[in-house]
Amino acid sequence: MQPVGAAVPLRVDIAEKTFRSAHGVSVTALKDLSFEVRQGEFACLLGPSGCGKTTTLRILLGLDRQFSGSFQLPEGGSRRIAAVFQEPTLLPWRTVEQNVRLALPKSLRAKNLDGLFNALGLAGMRSLYPAELSLGLARRAALARAFATEPAMLFLDEPFVSLDGRTAEQLRRLLLTVWSARPTTALMVTHNLTEALMLSDRIIVLSPRPAHVLGMFDIGLPRQDRNPQAMSALLRSFHQKFPGVT
Amino acid sequence: MTARDTGGRTLGDTTDISSRSGPAATLIPALTVTISLLGLCLLWSLAANAWPSRAFPGPGQVWQVLLKEAASGDLFYHLGATLGRVAAAYVVAIIVGSVIGILLGSHRGADRFFSPWVILFLNIPALVIIVLAYIWFGLNEVAAIGAVAVNKIPNVVVTMREGARALDPSYAEMAAVYRFGPLDRVRHVLLPQLQPYLAAASRSGIALIWKIVLVVELLGRSNGVGFQIYLYFQLFDVAAILAYTLAFVAVMLVIELLLVQPVERHATRWRRRPA
Repeated sequence: MQPVGAAVPLRVDIAEKTFRSAHGVSVTALKDLSFEVRQGEFACLLGPSGCGKTTTLRILLGLDRQFSGSFQLPEGGSRRIAAVFQEPTLLPWRTVEQNVRLALPKSLRAKNLDGLFNALGLAGMRSLYPAELSLGLARRAALARAFATEPAMLFLDEPFVSLDGRTAEQLRRLLLTVWSARPTTALMVTHNLTEALMLSDRIIVLSPRPAHVLGMFDIGLPRQDRNPQAMSALLRSFHQKFPGVT
Repeated sequence: MTARDTGGRTLGDTTDISSRSGPAATLIPALTVTISLLGLCLLWSLAANAWPSRAFPGPGQVWQVLLKEAASGDLFYHLGATLGRVAAAYVVAIIVGSVIGILLGSHRGADRFFSPWVILFLNIPALVIIVLAYIWFGLNEVAAIGAVAVNKIPNVVVTMREGARALDPSYAEMAAVYRFGPLDRVRHVLLPQLQPYLAAASRSGIALIWKIVLVVELLGRSNGVGFQIYLYFQLFDVAAILAYTLAFVAVMLVIELLLVQPVERHATRWRRRPA
C-alpha cells in the first residue's frame, strides 16, 4: 500500500505520435493528447477502433519511445507498473503459478498468493500450463499476474475482447472484486461503452485518429449501485454529453 | 555382436522409461528396431561368407577384435579421447554459434554486414580449416578442438539466427513491463522460445562434429578413434576399423537415448499435455 496523498497521479501530455510505414507514408496517431488519472481512480480510455488507444498505452508502458511529449507515472510506493495485455501473454512453457511469480520482484517471489488465486477462481489451476487453459481462464491468470505485483499503476488493454458475453461479464465482476480489495490507480483501454460505464470512475473519451481528448465523463455512482436501471440512465446522460460517440 | 548388444540395451531402456505411459505402444517400435538391426547383421554375415576376403570381415570377426581391444583397454582410452573432443567442440560451437546467431537474428544491420562472412565460412571445406588450424596454432589439442568448432559454428549461427527472427516480441514486452532481470529473461523468455532451434542445431551438430573430430585426429593427434582408424588403415585391418566405428556409433546412440531424448522430453513437457 502506498501512502495516501504522497503519490502523484498519472499525467499524460503527448504532443504527437507519428507512425511511418515502410513506404514512407506517415500517419499521425496521436495529437495533443493530454489527460490525468487521479490517485486510486479507475479510468477508462474510450474511443473508436484504431484511434490510437493501444498506441497511448504502449507509450505509457515504455514500449514505444518514438513520440514527442511527456508523461508522468505515479511516484512513491512501489513505483511498479503492471499491465494486462489484449492477449493473455502468459509464457506457455511455465505453469500458471510460475507465470505469476516470475512477474514479482525478487523480494516478493515467495509471497502467499492463495487469496488472489482463490478470488480469481484459479486455485485448482496453479500447476497447469497456459495451453491447458481456456481463453477466459488465461485472462484470469493474466489478471492474477498484474494484481500479484501490487503495482502503483495498472494498465489494461481491452482485457475482455474476444470472449463470449457471459464470460466477459463474469471476468469484469472478478476484476472489480480484486480491484476493490486493493484499489489501484488504473487505466483501461476499451471501445465498449457499457464496460466502461460498469467499471470505471471516469471515462476519458477520445476522438477518431489523430486521437485527442473529446471530454471527460465522471461517474459519481458507487459501483454496487450500478444496476440495469442506473446503467441505462448513465448511458442516456453519456449520449447527451457525447452525441456522436457510440 | 555389437549391434545386438546395444539393441538389447536400448530395448530395456525405452521400455523402462515409457512403461508408465503405455508399455505396448513403445514395446513394438523397440522390437522392430531390434529385429531390423539383427536383420542387417544377418545380411552382413551372409555377404561376408559369400565373398570371403580380409577386406570384408564378417560380424563375428569384428566382434572378436572389439573384445580384444576392450580387454586391453585401448578401446576405452581412444573412445574416451574422441568423446572428450566431441564434447568440448560441441559446447564451444553451440555457445559461440548461439550468441552470434541471436545477435545477427535480432540486429538487421549486423546481419546484412556479416551474412557474407557466414556464407563464406559455411562453404570452407572442413579439411582446409583443420589444416590451417594445425599450421597456425600447432599440432595441439586447442587447435584440434578449435578447428572442429569453427567448422560447426556457421551451421549453429544459421539455425539460431532463424530462431531469433522467430522470437515473439510480445513476450519480451511483457518481460520489460514486469521488469524481469537479465537472467530471468534469458532463462524464462529467450531460451524456451529458442529451444526447438537449439535442439535442431544440437542434433545435426553432434553427428557432424564427431565425423570431423575423426579427421582432426587422423591428421594431427596421437590418440582417439580417428588415430586408430588411420593406424589400422595402414595395416589394412578392416575388422579393427569397423570395430572402432561401430563402438563409437554405439556410444553416440546411448548418448542420444540417455541424454538427448530425456532432456528434450523435459524441455517440451508443456507442449505434450493435451489441452
